[in-house]
Amino acid sequence: MNTFPVGTIFALSLTAYLGGALACLASWQKPALCRYICCGSALAGAVFGGLAAVLGILQGTPFLWSISSGIPLFTYSFEYDALAGFFNLTLAILAGAVSLYSFSYLREFEGKRNIGFFGFLFHLLLLSLTVVFTAANAFLFLIGWEVMALVAYGLVAFYHEDRETRRAGLLYIVMAHIDAGCLLLGFALLMQVSGSADFASFRTAAAQLSNGQQAAAFIFFFLGFGIKAGIIPFHIWLPAAHPVAPSNISALLSGIVLKAGIYGMARIFLGGLGVLPSWAGLLVLIVGVASAVLGVLYALMEHDLKRLLAYHSIENIGIILIGLGAALVFRAAGHPQLAAVALIAAMFHTLNHAIFKCLLFLGAGSVLHSTGTRNMEEMGGLIRPMPVTAFCFLIGAVAISGLPPLNGFVSEWLTYQSLLAGYGATGGLTRILFPLAGSMLALTGALAAACFVKAFAITFLALPRSVESRHVHEAPRSMLVGMGWLTAACLALGLGVTWFLPVFDTLTEQLLGQRVGTNLISGHGLVLSAGLPHGGTVSTAVIGIGLVILLIPAVLLVSIRARRFARKRGPTWDCGLPGLSEENEFTATAFSKPLRMIFSALYQPRREIQAVFDVSPYFPKEIRFESEIEPTFEKRLYVPLKDLLLWFSIRMRTIQAGSIHAYLAYIFVTLVLLLLFGVRP
Amino acid sequence: MTGLLAKAGLQMVLLLLVAPLLSGIIKTLKARLQTRRGPGILQSYRDIFKLFHKGMVIPDTASWIFSTTPYIVFVTAALVGLMIPMTTTDAPLSLFGGVLAVVYLLALGRFFLALGGLDAGSSFGGLGSSREMTISAIAEPAMMLAIFTVALAASSTNLSEMAKVAVSQSWKFLAPSQMLAFAALFIVLIAETGRIPVDNPATHLELTMIHEAMILEYSGPYLALIEWGASIKQLVLMTLLVNTFFPFGLSSDWTARGLGLGLIFYLTKIFLLAGLVILVETTNAKLRLFRVPELLMVSFIFGALALISTFLF
Repeated sequence: MNTFPVGTIFALSLTAYLGGALACLASWQKPALCRYICCGSALAGAVFGGLAAVLGILQGTPFLWSISSGIPLFTYSFEYDALAGFFNLTLAILAGAVSLYSFSYLREFEGKRNIGFFGFLFHLLLLSLTVVFTAANAFLFLIGWEVMALVAYGLVAFYHEDRETRRAGLLYIVMAHIDAGCLLLGFALLMQVSGSADFASFRTAAAQLSNGQQAAAFIFFFLGFGIKAGIIPFHIWLPAAHPVAPSNISALLSGIVLKAGIYGMARIFLGGLGVLPSWAGLLVLIVGVASAVLGVLYALMEHDLKRLLAYHSIENIGIILIGLGAALVFRAAGHPQLAAVALIAAMFHTLNHAIFKCLLFLGAGSVLHSTGTRNMEEMGGLIRPMPVTAFCFLIGAVAISGLPPLNGFVSEWLTYQSLLAGYGATGGLTRILFPLAGSMLALTGALAAACFVKAFAITFLALPRSVESRHVHEAPRSMLVGMGWLTAACLALGLGVTWFLPVFDTLTEQLLGQRVGTNLISGHGLVLSAGLPHGGTVSTAVIGIGLVILLIPAVLLVSIRARRFARKRGPTWDCGLPGLSEENEFTATAFSKPLRMIFSALYQPRREIQAVFDVSPYFPKEIRFESEIEPTFEKRLYVPLKDLLLWFSIRMRTIQAGSIHAYLAYIFVTLVLLLLFGVRP
Repeated sequence: MTGLLAKAGLQMVLLLLVAPLLSGIIKTLKARLQTRRGPGILQSYRDIFKLFHKGMVIPDTASWIFSTTPYIVFVTAALVGLMIPMTTTDAPLSLFGGVLAVVYLLALGRFFLALGGLDAGSSFGGLGSSREMTISAIAEPAMMLAIFTVALAASSTNLSEMAKVAVSQSWKFLAPSQMLAFAALFIVLIAETGRIPVDNPATHLELTMIHEAMILEYSGPYLALIEWGASIKQLVLMTLLVNTFFPFGLSSDWTARGLGLGLIFYLTKIFLLAGLVILVETTNAKLRLFRVPELLMVSFIFGALALISTFLF
């Protein structure tokens, strides 16, 4: 009976999402009412989902719910275990914030767009994510996965009158189907061995997998889930698709839809495939490092605020994969305790990235809402008209840069600790890889900080760079509440991490048979330790308190002096020119110029300058500057692939001549071949 | 708890006092090497004192970020100073933040300093911020690799633990891995503290300045806080270097005798390292900005070699 409330509350959450979807569709002709229904029912679903997740995690006993469908291999079976609970908790936190935010955000759709249809897709997205996170049957999982992909396509292409949006949507749906295809192959392989489509049977049959089957299944699943998560080199759809969606949807796409890929990897790699060999873990680790470094390097070159954030999602998925890869290697090497620490690092970063990326996208949405542009070069000075948005965005920026005492620091710290432990836990030359991965993580962190200095400063500081950003207003209250909730979560998960970590005990126990949450906490529950004797320790709470304590004398010192002496306002030094204006302000392109030069081998930058002058080139009247970088992956990998595909299709056309005789001959030949090979005893 | 606060207080006093002295000594010795007389070793104290007694001008384009930055720069540097063993192996806040927290707290200060540089809206600030963030990003992997080499030898990222291990093997710095790691960290130290050949702390020429460009709009007490914070950061990084590689004289407890002896050893080591920095500074010309990554690449390679040699030897 103990599991009863969890199941009921979970069912309520599913009902809220499903009911909300239908109610939105039914009320589409009354936009205002529809907006209330859309946000209200999504919020209700999120609250129920969050409650169920918290109860489920606290109880620790998995809850199973299975309804037969009458179709062989396919059952409506849900399993609400610790992993599902954790991802549902992440989903609920984001869904709550986005529903609150959307209440005001959707107002601009009224009279222009169909809120009913939007609400329908929005609810179906939340519903399908919940199904993906709880499905215990491969077919149910795939149905949820496919619904998620289709609904996300509808939302990405929501502003469909724009050509760029349609192209991005198409790219997204193509990639989504490649990944679904890979998953189908992977599941088919597992089903062949286990004879059933239930996840539980995969786990029991994992021991019967031969090495080759295991490797093949691993590759299929890594491709399938990896494309969904946006790993490099399969990332190209991500920076195209996420920015063009409405901002509240971008927040969900980057925050949680990508994490479905991470969920799948955790579910399958640590469950259904048995103990993977260490090369698999190393592959995940190396792909993680590559995604992290390249993701942030491409992010630095963006001055479209939402594209920049989308590239950072690739980077953070990379950081998560570093932790996950390390966990797989340790598991293969027989160090379940270390694997548990690495897994906690990965899962905690999953939650953290979901929260701060959602926050940043919502912040970018507010900015876009007010200024009407995504181009950072046209923003500036927004901190004055939009103080709350700016503060929330700043907290998100500090968190995503991995700076203490916020949550991003904690998960990166745990990742570093597991990488350092990896040096001692593995043998041979592979051990060198771990500290090297650590140094690449350091590079990623520092570049991310540089990128967010750029993103925050160019958007919010100094003077407005265009007319649009001169006449802006703060976002409506409900949008601020949505962002405020996530900001609070960033602070709470950073400063109060030691209270939160025991949540992972049931998760690591389920996947690795280890409870390490309590090992990680020492020093009166304030200090986070790496779980090793003499290993590293850190306490974000004490760092936070220490910063505040030290701040007091510093403030006193300045303010005592400042009372006696004037604190004047004056113009910024402008080299004697007649005042600062937007023309001579620093730009985002200029900010990233040194890095563009240093990493020019990667970017292959191209620039073009045209100056118009009357008398001397030193006194130009007008300068046109154009700069672009080479999209390496698109140009070197995808264009040749596309060309090959087209070439092959054209060749195929010769056998599709349209002659009925030829087709009859094909059928006949096929029949003969089938009889020859198929009917043989 | 009171013991902890007393230790933290003592170390804070030491930190606040020694940091400007070190800057003063570096300036004076450098002047002497260039056959100038120099400002005298107490000049940094006088500068800070003077700045605190002046009014300030705040740019009218600046927001609250501009005014918050000096506090954050100062406070992060000071907090980091409490996590590092100075005269004893037992740093007051070592338990609450190891070497990773040190690196990332300094990064927090830098993050805000760069924002402060851009907040005033002048291109100088932007130039400085952009260059600072670039160089620190390129320096970061080399720094981490060298730190990892030391941390792996001590199997801890906790600075007190690392110092204890170092004390127990005082002559370990002769090992190739340690020497390489020291070389890597020394280059990073020069980049992070903004000294020639990476940045010239004495210039106000827009083509070359990095740190000075960011703080161009600051004046009065805010400037004092930033300068003081920067000198503390310099002291902290140099302390990290001398006490992890040359742990001589580090006392293992907080007795008066241990502290006194530790202090003498500590100051000697710091001033010797400062001498090395000055020597590098006076014998080299400033590198062009886009040659700096090459220098840092050398540091990265030293770090990687250090790591590989722990594996071999």
